[in-house]
Amino acid sequence: MTDTAVDAAVDAHDDDHHPSDLFYVKIAGILALFTALEVGTYFIEDSVDPWFLYLSLSVLMIIKFAMVAAYFMHLKYDTPWFRYLFIAGLVLAMGVYAIFLFAYDVFGLG
Amino acid sequence: MSEAIATKSDQAVDDHGHDAGHGTTTGISNNKLMMWAFLGSECLLFGALISTYLLYKERFNGFAEGLAPFAEDGRNIGPRFGGSDGEGVFDIPFTSISSFVLLASSLTMVLALSSIRRGEYRNFRIWTLTTAALGSVFIAGQIYEFTEFVEKGLGYSTNIFGSAFFTLTGFHGVHVTIGIVMLLATYIMHKQGRLNQDKAETVEIVGLYWHFVDVVWILIFTVVYLFPQ
Amino acid sequence: MAITEDRPLALEAGTVNKVAERPLGALTRPQSDVGWASWFTTVDHKKIGIMYGVGSLFFFLFGGVEALLIRIQLAAPDGQFLSESLYNQVFTMHGVTMIFLVIMPMAAAFANYLLPLQVGARDVAFPRLNAFSFWCWLAGAIFLNTSWFLGGAPDGGWFAYAPNTSVTFAPGNGMDFYAIGLQIAGIASLVSAINLIVTVLNMRAPGMTLLKMPIFTWMMLVVQFLLLFAVPVITIALFLLTFDRSFDANFFNVEQGGSPLLWQHLFWIFGHPEVYILILPAFGIISEVIPTFSRKPIFGYPFMVGSGIAIGFMGWGVWAHHMFVSGLGPISVAAFSMSTMFIAVPTGVKILNWLATMWGGRLLFNTPMLFATGVIAMFTIGGLSGVTHAVAPSDTQQTDTYYIVAHFHYVIFGGALLGMFAGFYFWWPKVFGHKLNEKWGKINFWLMLIGFNMTFGPMHVLGLQGMARRHHSYASEDGFGFWNGIVSAGAFVIALGTLAFLINIWISARSAKKNPVEVGPDPWDARSLEWSTASPTPVHNFDVDPVVEFQDDWWHRKWGKNEDGKIVRKAYPEDIAQDGSATDVHLPSPSYWPLVLSLSLPVIGYAVIFTFWLLIPAGALFLAGFLGWALEPADDPEAAHGHDDHGPNDADASADAEAEGASHV
Ligand SMILES: [Cu+2]
Repeated sequence: MTDTAVDAAVDAHDDDHHPSDLFYVKIAGILALFTALEVGTYFIEDSVDPWFLYLSLSVLMIIKFAMVAAYFMHLKYDTPWFRYLFIAGLVLAMGVYAIFLFAYDVFGLG
Repeated sequence: MSEAIATKSDQAVDDHGHDAGHGTTTGISNNKLMMWAFLGSECLLFGALISTYLLYKERFNGFAEGLAPFAEDGRNIGPRFGGSDGEGVFDIPFTSISSFVLLASSLTMVLALSSIRRGEYRNFRIWTLTTAALGSVFIAGQIYEFTEFVEKGLGYSTNIFGSAFFTLTGFHGVHVTIGIVMLLATYIMHKQGRLNQDKAETVEIVGLYWHFVDVVWILIFTVVYLFPQ
Repeated sequence: MAITEDRPLALEAGTVNKVAERPLGALTRPQSDVGWASWFTTVDHKKIGIMYGVGSLFFFLFGGVEALLIRIQLAAPDGQFLSESLYNQVFTMHGVTMIFLVIMPMAAAFANYLLPLQVGARDVAFPRLNAFSFWCWLAGAIFLNTSWFLGGAPDGGWFAYAPNTSVTFAPGNGMDFYAIGLQIAGIASLVSAINLIVTVLNMRAPGMTLLKMPIFTWMMLVVQFLLLFAVPVITIALFLLTFDRSFDANFFNVEQGGSPLLWQHLFWIFGHPEVYILILPAFGIISEVIPTFSRKPIFGYPFMVGSGIAIGFMGWGVWAHHMFVSGLGPISVAAFSMSTMFIAVPTGVKILNWLATMWGGRLLFNTPMLFATGVIAMFTIGGLSGVTHAVAPSDTQQTDTYYIVAHFHYVIFGGALLGMFAGFYFWWPKVFGHKLNEKWGKINFWLMLIGFNMTFGPMHVLGLQGMARRHHSYASEDGFGFWNGIVSAGAFVIALGTLAFLINIWISARSAKKNPVEVGPDPWDARSLEWSTASPTPVHNFDVDPVVEFQDDWWHRKWGKNEDGKIVRKAYPEDIAQDGSATDVHLPSPSYWPLVLSLSLPVIGYAVIFTFWLLIPAGALFLAGFLGWALEPADDPEAAHGHDDHGPNDADASADAEAEGASHV
């Protein structure tokens, strides 16, 4: 779904910025599609470069994560305070644990 | 800085006329702010578990390859190797179905919320119970999966992979279970007439928790199950 | 829901709090807010604050006795006062007690009592959760200390390095008590952090923007965010330890490829922010004390706030400086060494700002100010020895020696604890309605300061001479005897200082009873809102919601500039302070359930350690607490505060109608 389609679906709803049920169903459809794509990689995993899999699976995962947070959890429409709080926890966790795994050389970089 | 915040939060009040945020400095309801703060904290909790898992899977792979005696006592069973058939414990098609179930429960959760916001109580009850039911299916699937793993030879203390895997997914399972209890409590309170349209925010807060548990599963499904080797 | 409190407990002024329409017979709420029994059911942030204070002082004596036992053991070479095993338990419990059962709850005492007052609110956002936090902390603290009678206290050091904590090397129950006791205390910290964050963000008085909040409130807000994000990390570490010990997991099982360093990482990812959790409250306290007794506003308010936030933020990127000798590899060591040096910058900014606040001020060296200046001096010493640890090669020499012990006592005792004492003397009249005695206060201060430096100063020398920490004894030919003698003598001088404080509490209370002197709302001519209401604080805090215009608003109401630009007194506190006489403020009713719910947690702990049969009573307590909490009527119609349920401000009909809509219970 493109940005404009998303916006249109939002606009279609009442001025309360609560998206319509149909909009939620569409989001869920996209999420299901992405999940199906993810699962699909399992069946081709022997024939592609693992780094390609890591990368594409991560991208799909991040998009799914962001969509649930933005639409189902209303982060997109709600007050920015919630966004700050959640992103603070998220960024802190990613930063701290990435450094931690780096110190263990889990990523095999050096 | 503070002035800007004040103006924006005034808008938040307008946007969500039915929120219980009246009279708070930011215009945000205390309960919702509490839940979001809690979810921020949960990021660090699951982050620790996921990175412990990543670390131990890595160490386990190296360990299982490198140490012969280790392989002999049947402890070299991992996600994708070892065990009775040499294929490891994971059953990706099965877990994929569980993932779809949990994803679907997120949809029914938002539908429950928008029903109660509109005062459509019958729909609200249906969607709430459906959400709880889907959650229970997920948990049942997890219990089945765990017993399967144990049968294939991977117990909690078999090796570091087992400890890390069961701890991470177990923590998630406990979170889902708590979510089911919250959903049922919401349903009962509604049945008693103590939770109606004007209290839709309570449903919203339960929903936030539920979706969070879902996004954690999105991470776990990819990182634990789908990443190769 | 049980977790969310869906009545307008917050009591923003002007809210009408409708009583329950359908009280549930058996579950009426306790009504009394006086008498000893009321302390068990109270949800008043002030009473909870006082209980935190009493609890932390009690454990301070406990941890102090443990310290004296250590010092008797080490006073002379070849000490035989304690057995090796008991010595391990005593030094472990000394550390655990002082950090988790003294400094943290003492900070919670100040936060609970003062944050709502300083932001001009009537209570915290979730009063019942607040009570739960306190009881939960107390339950964890008592649980931890019952280990003394149930097979031995924890003996793996306060940071409990794996694999020393495994069943093989720590076969007793001590480390189980450690893991579960701290887990329970952690729940208390997390719940209270969320509660106070919501309170500060959401319940500020009209006009109190974030950048008009007092520095103490700011520092405590930063601390609550640190707790919010750091507690879950140690939660996981402690769970992994419990799972290893009780359920045979392999996290720290080296034989199976488990990594002991995992514990060190998780512990210190929590542990370094924890250092700031310990010290920032004291920074906040002295940032209130120093301006008051310098008769000047705090120098560089935005820098004070900014450096506090910066410390809170940077504190997450330095944890591995505790692990320089663990073989992290040169890249990690270099990076953490750098980041540790950088974190000294915002701390230095704070010290300079305090000095600049004092510079040119009319300094009054009352006891609170003495303690506050003590903090600046002692913390600076501790900070400087900390910088020597940032230098990895130097740290490698000092790790696990008394030099480290000296360093962190200069920070935690010389910084955090002396700061709390400044706070005790400063806010005592606000809490109890009488000042502490000045003469005894000065005796208290000088004994503590001298004893402190006698105790921990020489430890630098001992550490550099190579005396290792945690060793049960040393031989006379080691040459550590002389300085250890001084150190042990100093410990007893600190004990005398503590005794002077207790005597002071007693004689001050007695003389206030015999011959009551009105301290007035604002005995120190101070600056923040808590001084604008009566002393001791009335149960409803403020008769009328304060409206804030300036940073240090209360001071601006007393002082202003005349035509020549000179600062002159506009009003006397007695004339403009609220007298606390309002009787028509509705407050949240007390509740039994926070106590009941928290009692289930230690029983679960005993169940994990001893027998799972205990899960039955634990489950019963938990269910009772949980259901009671969820089902109890939001407020009892017969409640003791049964005046007419109207705050003073809400006479207009529109407010009534709006609140009615928001409070269907
Ligand atoms: Cu540190």
